[in-house]
Amino acid sequence: MSATEMTNQDRGASERPFGFWRRSYAMLVKEFIQLRRDRVSFAMIVMIPVMQLLLFGYAINTTPRHLPTAVLIQEDSDLARSVLKALENTRYFRFTREVHSVAEFDDLLQSGKVLFGVEIPRGFERAVRRGDRPALLVAADATDPVAAGSALGALGAVVQTALAHDLHIGDPPQLPFEIRAHARYNPAAESRLNIVPGLVGTILTMTMLIFTALSVTREIERGTMESLLSMPIKPVEVMFGKIIPYVIVGFIQASLIVSIGVLLFGVPILGSVVLLAVLTTLFITTNLSIGYTFSTIVQNQLQAMQMSMMFFLPSILLSGFMFPFAGMPVWAQYLGEVLPLTHYIRIVRAIMLKGAAPSNLQYDTIALIALMLVAMTIAVTRFRRTLD
Amino acid sequence: MSLTPASASDIAINVEGLSKSFGGREVVHDLSMQVKRGSIYGFLGPNGSGKTTTIRMLCGLLTPDAGEGTCLGYDIRRDADKIKRQVGYMTQRFSLYQDLSVRENLEFVARLYGLRDARGAARDMIQRIGLNGREEQLAGELSGGWKQRLALGACTLPNPQLLLLDEPTAGVDPKARRDFWNEIHALAAEGLTVLVSTHYMDEAERCHEIAYIAYGHLLAHGTVDEVIAKSALSTYTVSGDDLNGLAAELTGKPGIDMVAPFGTSLHVSGRDKSALEATIAPYRNTRGWRWEDSEPSLEDVFIDLMNRSKDNFQ
Repeated sequence: MSATEMTNQDRGASERPFGFWRRSYAMLVKEFIQLRRDRVSFAMIVMIPVMQLLLFGYAINTTPRHLPTAVLIQEDSDLARSVLKALENTRYFRFTREVHSVAEFDDLLQSGKVLFGVEIPRGFERAVRRGDRPALLVAADATDPVAAGSALGALGAVVQTALAHDLHIGDPPQLPFEIRAHARYNPAAESRLNIVPGLVGTILTMTMLIFTALSVTREIERGTMESLLSMPIKPVEVMFGKIIPYVIVGFIQASLIVSIGVLLFGVPILGSVVLLAVLTTLFITTNLSIGYTFSTIVQNQLQAMQMSMMFFLPSILLSGFMFPFAGMPVWAQYLGEVLPLTHYIRIVRAIMLKGAAPSNLQYDTIALIALMLVAMTIAVTRFRRTLD
Repeated sequence: MSLTPASASDIAINVEGLSKSFGGREVVHDLSMQVKRGSIYGFLGPNGSGKTTTIRMLCGLLTPDAGEGTCLGYDIRRDADKIKRQVGYMTQRFSLYQDLSVRENLEFVARLYGLRDARGAARDMIQRIGLNGREEQLAGELSGGWKQRLALGACTLPNPQLLLLDEPTAGVDPKARRDFWNEIHALAAEGLTVLVSTHYMDEAERCHEIAYIAYGHLLAHGTVDEVIAKSALSTYTVSGDDLNGLAAELTGKPGIDMVAPFGTSLHVSGRDKSALEATIAPYRNTRGWRWEDSEPSLEDVFIDLMNRSKDNFQ
């Protein structure tokens, strides 16, 4: 073909509308093709969730203390106060809320604001005096059996001792009332019910971070960045083009983990599957944005991996995945609040195990959106448009 | 610089006083150049002379430390986005996606530039660069010559007005090099401006104008004939036996600036013609050597410029 056959209609490639979407789309298609060609990465998408899920069979056992507890006092009596004092003295419970209705009580537990609820029924003291052995209800959010388990297990004996001392009634053979422990949401205290939803978040954090953390540095190391920068594409367009394909990948991964969890481990999805899908997609996007931000900061792929690991480890340890969030010191809880996994673990446990409604999850949803926007803003400002 | 796109119709690149340093080392120093529209401008100089840096400053990939200018009438500092839309930049190292096929690479570029029919544009370009039958081959699996054709195809695909080619023919066989240059001339004939950096003298001679840059300084520019004439270099071509011995004897003598073997002959050059002639006089009628007063070749001129610049800048 000779050069003169070139058409001149597009000479100078004049600007057409929807440039933003066209360029983002060009980038997205390119990323998809590259992902498909990269067999190892492609295998990782399937292998990581399957392997991790099958490996994490057991939970890590701890004895967390000072767990947030709500009290529903329907009777204000000396005995009631003594019982509460005794419970607090066990050091497992820390009374953070006092409520006056059952609805409020249930709502606090469901939204995860408290892990325990203690209900002192009306006429409690009188019933004790009469020797009726009334029930003292201790409800526990057992979605995290590690957090709830030891506190519930210790209840009987510890309260008995404390109370006996407090009431100066010596060491009675039997408590004058019955403690009725109610492990809500996960009555059998099965660890896998807690682990599987947590794993959805953990696995997604790891894979999503690494996928995008390598994306910009890979272009720089392979020399393709020079070409890309010489073309009329903007940082936001590069970012969207690189994030969107992995949103779909992450979604497939999440579906895979949840399916295995439901089919193989018998984990229920009590809440809305659509809500779970929507918020999981948000979480995936947040992690991809953070990974992408790393990739605009680091110099090479090794640093990108290191940075991802630096972020991943606290995510596992401080998010409430491995150790109960409420059992951590306050400073660690603040740190945990800036990790997307912390919020997602609350969301995924609440939806799958508690059947939570969107209104219960507002705070964590907003936190995820905020973290995503912060990461994206940093990424776009950090993206180097020249080779300087 | 106050050239507007309209008034700059006959000048594609017009820059003045460009300087760029990396880590305290000045790579480009006070470089000024003008490139006419529709011409092929050769950019010559040794490795590390600042050619790539200059090209990157022209297309907005690097910000100059000092200096200003326009590229296609757009300010190289402020209008990088507009320049990128109209300039095709072919990097020294192959920088398309190795794990994308020929077709996918071209479609990616076509989409990025917003061509109306990305698939069609890619298909036409594959025909044009003669890669039909290899559309689905991964770019990374192509041979050097094919890679170079693909890279040229990718940067001409959005129909730019200016091509910046950074050592496009390095490591490419002579036949592919010739085809490549024929294509460049064809593009220039259509009105495209081409700035091409190269090490090859035969390629320099195929350019309308050339510039020679060494150690970041622009040392000479003009047509090939002008550059040779301006060099004020006198060259004698010697033929005969034992030219190696002659070369050894002459090197370093007064008036002799350069002795270089060319096949079966020897080029003896000097900037001071009378000193040169005085030195070679004793050798002129001995041992069967034939001396011929000749024009210096472009290579002689460049080697001399480089030797001189080494004295000045290092």
